[in-house]
Order: sequence, then C-alpha cells, then structure tokens
Amino acid sequence: MAGLKHLLGIAELTGDDILAILEQARRFREVLDRPIPIVPVLRGKTIVNLFFEPSTRTITSFNLAASRLSAQCLNFAVGGSAVKKGESILDTVANIEAMRVDGIVIRHSAAGVPHFLARHVSCFVVNAGDGCHEHPTQALLDAFTLIEHFGTLKGKRVLIVGDIAHSRVARSNILLLNKLGAQVAVCGPPTLLPAGIEEMGCEVFYHLDRILSEVDVVNMLRLQTERMTANFIPSLREYRRFYGLTRERLAKIKPEAVIMHPGPVNWGVEMDYDVREFSQTLIMNQVKNGVAVRMAVFYILALKRGILSEEAK
Amino acid sequence: MSRRLFTGGRVIDPLKGTIKIADVLVEDGRIKAVGKNLRAADAEKIDCRNRYLAPGFIDLHCHLRQPGEEQKESIASGCRAAFAGGWTQICPMPNTVPPIDSEALVRFELEAARAADAARVIPVGCCTKGRQGKELAELGEMWQAGARAISDDGSWVSDAGLFRRILEYAKTFDLLVMSHCEVPELVPELADEGVVSTRLGLHGAPGVGEAIAAMRDILLAHWTRTRLHICHVSSAETVEVLRWAKERGIAVTAETCPHYLALTVDALNGFEANYKVNPPLRSEADRKSLIRAVVDGTIDAIATDHAPHAPEDKDKEFSNAASGIIGFETAFSVLYETLVLKKALTLPELIARLTVVPAQILGIEPPRIAPEAEANLVVLDTEVSWVLSRDKIVSCSHNTPWLGKKLRGRVIATLLGESFRVNQ
Ligand SMILES: [Zn+2]
Ligand SMILES: [Zn+2]
Repeated sequence: MAGLKHLLGIAELTGDDILAILEQARRFREVLDRPIPIVPVLRGKTIVNLFFEPSTRTITSFNLAASRLSAQCLNFAVGGSAVKKGESILDTVANIEAMRVDGIVIRHSAAGVPHFLARHVSCFVVNAGDGCHEHPTQALLDAFTLIEHFGTLKGKRVLIVGDIAHSRVARSNILLLNKLGAQVAVCGPPTLLPAGIEEMGCEVFYHLDRILSEVDVVNMLRLQTERMTANFIPSLREYRRFYGLTRERLAKIKPEAVIMHPGPVNWGVEMDYDVREFSQTLIMNQVKNGVAVRMAVFYILALKRGILSEEAK
Repeated sequence: MSRRLFTGGRVIDPLKGTIKIADVLVEDGRIKAVGKNLRAADAEKIDCRNRYLAPGFIDLHCHLRQPGEEQKESIASGCRAAFAGGWTQICPMPNTVPPIDSEALVRFELEAARAADAARVIPVGCCTKGRQGKELAELGEMWQAGARAISDDGSWVSDAGLFRRILEYAKTFDLLVMSHCEVPELVPELADEGVVSTRLGLHGAPGVGEAIAAMRDILLAHWTRTRLHICHVSSAETVEVLRWAKERGIAVTAETCPHYLALTVDALNGFEANYKVNPPLRSEADRKSLIRAVVDGTIDAIATDHAPHAPEDKDKEFSNAASGIIGFETAFSVLYETLVLKKALTLPELIARLTVVPAQILGIEPPRIAPEAEANLVVLDTEVSWVLSRDKIVSCSHNTPWLGKKLRGRVIATLLGESFRVNQ
C-alpha cells in the first residue's frame, strides 16, 4: 500500500490494500459503539467535501467520519452556478487549497475528475463518486457489510441488478468483489449493460428469474428515473415486471441469501416495499458501516502522508 | 541569385518507389540539376550524406485557428509549424470562428499564408453556410478564390438531401468533398465504446457510428458520380466499408492519422485529455486493421489532423476538455517508427502516402525532385533519436501526447521555393 496517496477508485487498489482498509474499518466500528465515539486521530486537520452533485446521504456520512476522527470538515457545495459562470474545477480547487486543507472529498458528474484533481493538488483526494466511473467507498462499505455477515467473500456469488451502464457503484463493486475472490453476475436489459462488461469479470444475465435463486447476495441498484426519456427502458412498469425485486421474487431467493441496495430506494420500482420487512436485508447495516469505512480511508491516507495528529501516534 | 547544393543524399522517388544517391542543385527556388558530383562554387552546401531527400509532404487535413482563435494557432504560426514538420502544402479545415464559407475568407486565408513564408495553404471551404448544415455555401466563388476542396469538418452533414446537393454542385468546379463521418446520435462522448470506456465510466462512441456515416456518403457519392474523400478514418468497420466501395470501383479516397496508427484507447486509462481526439482512439484490433488498410491502399493517404488547443481548454476534466492534438511536427517521426521500423511499409511507400497520393486526391501537381520542378523537398534523418520538448515546438500550442517522449527519425530541413528551414 506504499503507493496509496489518494483513493481514486477500486481499480488502483490491491486486494491487500482493500483488506487493510476493511481491517481498520472494523476497529473504527468498535469505536463507534463506545459511549463517546470520537478519536483524536485527525485533530487540527481540515477536510473539504466538494460536491458538484447534491447527495445529502453521502456528504453526511463523510462529515460524520471526519468529525469522529476530530477533523474539521467543511462542506463546499458547488451548485450549477459556479460551473455556469465558467469557473473551472481547477480555479475552485486552487481557492480551497489556498485555505490549507489536508484532504478533499469530491463528487462530480464527470468521470475522471478526481484523477484530474489528484494531478493538481498536494492534499489527498477521495473520490465520492465520479460520473458513471467509480464510487470506491460504497464498494468498500458493501464489502465490509458482507464480510461482517458471511465472514468472507471468497466463493460467494453476488448478483448486481439494474442499470449497470450508468452505475459507478456497480463498477466499483465488480472490481472489488473480483479482487477479494467473490463471483459476480450482473443482470439487466442489454440497454443498461455497457459494452464489454463481461471483460471486467462478471457473468451477464438478461432475465432475473434465471439467476435469482442461485446467488448469495442480491445487490439492487437504484434506477435513475430520468433515464426514462432516453429509451433505455419502455416504462417503469415493464422494468418492475422483469427486474423488480417483488414479493413473488423474494420467495425465490435462497434462505441464507441477503439483499443490498446503495440507496435511496425507489420503492415499487426496483424493490417492493415488502422487502423492508425481509429479515435478510442489509440496507441499514450498509449505512451504519459507511461511517466506519470512511473513517478508515481518511486514517490510512493521513497515515501514508504522515499527517496524523500527535495523539494518534 | 540564391543557390543551394544538397550533397550526397539518398533521393527518394515515391512515384517509382526508388532511392538513388545524388546531389541536388537548387537555384532561385527551382531544381536546376539532380546528379552525381554536381559543382556550384558559390552555393550554400547542405551535407545530406546518410540522409534522405524526399518531396515535401502534403497534409490533407489540419486545423489552423485563424480567424477567431489566434492564441491557439494563427495561419502564419501554423504554416511555420507545418513547414518544420516537412509539410510544404496543407489543407486547413474551415471550422474557424467565423467559419471559412465565403470568397473573402478564402482570399484572406491565402494572403495570411503567403505572408508567413513557409508552408503553402490549399484552402478548403465549408460545404454549408456558416457550417450550419442547412444551406449550400457559395462553392463557386470559393473555388474561384482558390479553394480546392470543401468540408464541414467537425460535423457530419446529417441531412441526406442536402449532402446530395453538395455532391452534385461540387462537381461543377471539380471540388473534392471531404467528409467528417460521425452519426451524432451514436457518439455521446469521445471514447471508443468497449471495455475501456465501460471501465472508465465514459459513454462510448462505437466505431460503427463512423462507418454508417461513411456508407451513406459513399452511396450518395457513387450515385451522384462525385469524388468523395473520407477524413480521419479510425475504425475497422469504416475500413470494411471502404474496402467494399473500392472493390466496386467507387471513386472514394480516405485518410487516417498518425495517432490512430500508433495509439489505442488504452491510453485513456489516466483520463489524460491529451489523448482525447475526435474520432476517438480505438482498440488494438482497429489499429491493426488501419495499418493493413494503409499498406494495401484501402486507406490512401495519411493526414495529421493537427488540432491546436490552448492549455485552459485541454487541462481539464476529460469530458469537458477540447478534443484534438497537434501533429505537424511529430507526424513523420511517429509514422517512421510505427510503419517503417515495424516493417509495414518501406520508406518510399510511406513518402508516397504523404506526397504523391495526397496530390492525386486533390488533383494538383505532385511534388518531385527533378530538374525544372519547383523546389519542394525535405531532408530526413532516420538514424537520429530526439525528445520532443516544449521549446522545440514551433506551433503556438503544445497539446500532444508525445511531449517529453523519445521519437525516432526526424525532418531535418524543409525547402519550398525560396523558403528554407533547418530544424535545430
Ligand atoms: Zn473531423
Ligand atoms: Zn479535423
């Protein structure tokens, strides 16, 4: 992990890097269960959340992770206005860096923006989602949640269902699951399965009913309803009929299998409301583990750069 | 009276595919004699031993940014950069701001190029007024002012009825119609569609989007009996379309560019915008198919698609960065390494694709190294290795993936008429 200076994607990590982050997350998970769930690891450090796309859930999780490590966290929500004014990302970031920050968490609608940024700033960069490319902390927290449940990912069969083409969560998950020895399958209509996806290391299915009963994990992706206008699917109704996790389909999955979703759910589209009641649903564990995983990422990047606070050493 | 004597060089005749050692004497911009042991006491002597002499290159496709964006490249700076790269005649595309769609702008372009005293410009006018793809431009007036080809490069003329009229009308003046082939609905973003675009989360532009456009244009050109030229071919599917057309004797020609022959989509892995070009870099299978097509003549010529951009337009996130790279000054070296050193073509065969073939496509006199011809030649050193550094670049822009890289073979000097340049 000597080379880990930023967290840009799962693609840049080795299996050992991933395990080290998850191990650290496990320790922080214990901290979070204490009466005072705060450690002084990043006291005096400043982290900026730079979100070019709104996402209350993710920004809150990163915020909480920073404050549990005693770091200061600033939210810099860049609305469409700055972009419309022609302000470049570099200008925005130069301004923020001039305020002496130690880390930037960035989300942007264009793929590769965190990579571009990492070439131009001296602090560490954490990718919180770049276009349809990667969302590494989501994949890490999904893996953490699964290992917490199953003990290991080795040999587990994971099915990812839905809009693979536009999903950064799917890409990061496929990469990570392969690195930790799980088998991956994806399922969706061909309009939502990108070219050459099988070369990333997954089996491809068009019909959910042909694979659902054979897997240990069902990860349902959020359907972006705005895609409706672009002829990817004919209607939400038809989508639910072929790819929705309905009450009837719930009965088909293996008794020991679990259900995941990166949230927020479109109830009644990719999942029926009844799935909430299903005992094997890990959706709430995913949210809880998100904070521990993001703390681990900050900790390890700070450690690699030698900027941990005195107390932490 | 100016006299120059090029001594002991290996003179390439790309038409015959031969090389012979000879001296070349140039007087007042014309070749006076080619032969052994020429003497001219008062002439400037250029030692060409172990070097090659070849006719000056003709670039069928490049971009200068005047009028409108002179900070990226003016006509003068572009002509000088081309000259440094061995290009003595260049066809700048008319997608400037405003676009070159009138007699006045064609004249302006020629005037500005003449003042540069370097490469000569062969103007290309727009097919449609304002390059809007809606109304036929004044092709006859542009022809009269000196245009030899037309193109709406940068966009495809989507309207098939209008493209038919363009082809028919262009025949009046024997203007070559050059087409940038791209079905816009199939090209949402500039990355070849496949496993690399999927990995990177970029929405792909499949090679078939280029081939479909080429097929329509070729069928219309055949039907209207007009000569058509397909620009910057990048995909294996387009090569198949061209092969199909040529087997049927359809009058279509095509070019590809050095970067499609040397690089693949894998270069995009770091989201480095200097690899963003339009059409995009494609797979290794496409690259191999393009090389085969250049070798067997399915693709006739090689053009640079020199596309200068300011740093603020290129040093950006991939999706928003401008597409295009500069190419004049690296083309020969990249092609020499990719095609000649890897034994796909001999040096005379490569030179043919840069000189006589483009001349035939444009319907102009091919440059030759022979007595009485206008002086129009380059000196090549194929032994030398060199590193492309910023301070060596003559172009106003520096957007090239070869910056800082080692290149093999180099254009040492270029001569056109009385204009002479030696690269340091
Ligand atoms: Zn073009
Ligand atoms: Zn072009």
